Amino acid sequence: MAKKLINVTVNGKSEERAVEPRTLLVHFLREDLHLTGAHIGCETSHCGACTVDLDGQSVKSCTHLAVQCDGSQVTTVEGLADKGVLHAVQEGFYKEHGLQCGFCTPGMLVRAYRFLQENPNPSEDEIRVGMSGNLCRCTGYQNIVKAVQYAARKLQSATAA
Amino acid sequence: MIPPKFDYHAPKSVAEAVALLGSLGSEAKLLAGGHSLLPMMKLRFAQPAHLVDLNGIADLRGICLDGDTVVIGAMTVENELIASDLLRERVPLLGEAARLIADPQVRNRGTIGGDIAHGDPGNDHPALSLVCDAQFVLQGPNGRRTVAANGFFLGTYMTQLEESEVMVAIRVPSFAKGTGWAYEKLKRKTGDWATAGCAVVLRQSGGVVTHVRIGLTNLAQTALRAEEAEQCLLNQPFNEAAVKRAVAAAMAITDPAEDLRGDVEYKRAMAGVMVQRALNNAWARSA
Repeated sequence: MAKKLINVTVNGKSEERAVEPRTLLVHFLREDLHLTGAHIGCETSHCGACTVDLDGQSVKSCTHLAVQCDGSQVTTVEGLADKGVLHAVQEGFYKEHGLQCGFCTPGMLVRAYRFLQENPNPSEDEIRVGMSGNLCRCTGYQNIVKAVQYAARKLQSATAA
Repeated sequence: MIPPKFDYHAPKSVAEAVALLGSLGSEAKLLAGGHSLLPMMKLRFAQPAHLVDLNGIADLRGICLDGDTVVIGAMTVENELIASDLLRERVPLLGEAARLIADPQVRNRGTIGGDIAHGDPGNDHPALSLVCDAQFVLQGPNGRRTVAANGFFLGTYMTQLEESEVMVAIRVPSFAKGTGWAYEKLKRKTGDWATAGCAVVLRQSGGVVTHVRIGLTNLAQTALRAEEAEQCLLNQPFNEAAVKRAVAAAMAITDPAEDLRGDVEYKRAMAGVMVQRALNNAWARSA
C-alpha cells in the first residue's frame, strides 16, 4: 500500500504530495492542501457539493481518487475569483440571493462556471438540466437559476465588449 | 467515508491490464469510471486488495465505424455517447438514453463498459445493449472473444466476463433505415436508478412489425429481454390490441425487488406503462 507521488496543478499552483492510493480527491484538496471550499456532502456522488473542475470537466471529487489526478489541472471554488474580484457566477449568486445556508454553494459555483463555458447562452430548461447534478435543500432552485442567468448575461456582455 | 486500503496500478495497454489481472488474481478489481465501485468500497461491500485503473488506456476510448457496425470503446463515457455525431446518425438510441443516466458530472466519468460489466440490474446499458443486438469484445489471457449481449447477464453482479478478462469494446449494428427506437425510464429524480425502464427497437413494413426488441431495466435480477412480448407484435399489424398483449407479456416476466422506489405491484404496473410508452414512441418514429 505504498504512497504514490503525484503532481497536480490546483488553481494554477503546482502541488506535489505523496498520497495513499485510497485518498479521494476531495480529501486531498481539503486535508493536504487545506482548500476546504469543496464540501463533503453525500459522499456517494449524488449531491454535487464536492464538485470541482478537473482538466476542463466538472467532476464529483468524492468519487475520484487523488492518485488518478497526477499531471492534471484542478480548479476549486477558491480559484474562481481573480485578485479579490468575484467571478461572474459568484457575483450572480450574491446579487440574486442564490444561497441560504451555503453548503451546496461551492459545488454550484464550480459547476455553473463550467456549464456556462459549455453553453454560454442557455435557456432556463438547459440551466436546470446542466445544474441537475447539484442538490440544494434551501432555495428551491429558483434563485440559483436566476444567479446562473445573471452570470450568463454578465459573461456574454464581457465577451461582446 | 474512505475506501479500504488497496494497491493502485495504472496499466497503459489492455495487454498490460490483462497481465496484471493474471498476476494479481481474484484480489484485483478493474476501475473504470468508479461511480459504482468506489461507493461500494466506501461501504465495504467491496474490498479489493488491488485496483487496476483502465483510465490511462487510450485504446479503450472512442467511437468508430467498422463496416456497418459502430464500435464503442468500453471506457467511452456517457457524455461522449451524447456528443457523438456518429452515434446520433447510426444508433441514436444510445446517446438519447445516456441523457437519462446519472447527472452531468457523473456522465463525465461513468463509462459504457463499466455500466455493462458491473452487472447491476439498475444500470441502463444492459437493456439498451439487448435491444440493439450488441456484442461485447472481451480480452483475456487467451486473446479476444466476442459474446452477444443476449445471454451475457447471468445475475446481479454476475456476467459472462471472467475475472481474468477486460471488456474492450461494445459492437452495435447500425440501425437500418426506418428503424424506430425509444427508451422510457421512470425515476424519482435526476441521478436515480430506474423504478422501471423499457428500451424498444422496431421496424415495420406497411404497418406490420418486421423486427422488434424489448428490453427491461431494473425489473429483475438482470436486465431482461422480453421475447414473449416481442412475439405478440412480430409479423402483426401494430395496433392497440397487439400492444396490450405485449405489455401483459412483458409484465409477466418481471420480478422486481421491493425498495424505496416502490413495492412489487407498483413496479410491475410501472413496467407496463414504460413498455406501452416505449412501443408507441418507437412505432411513431419508425417508417
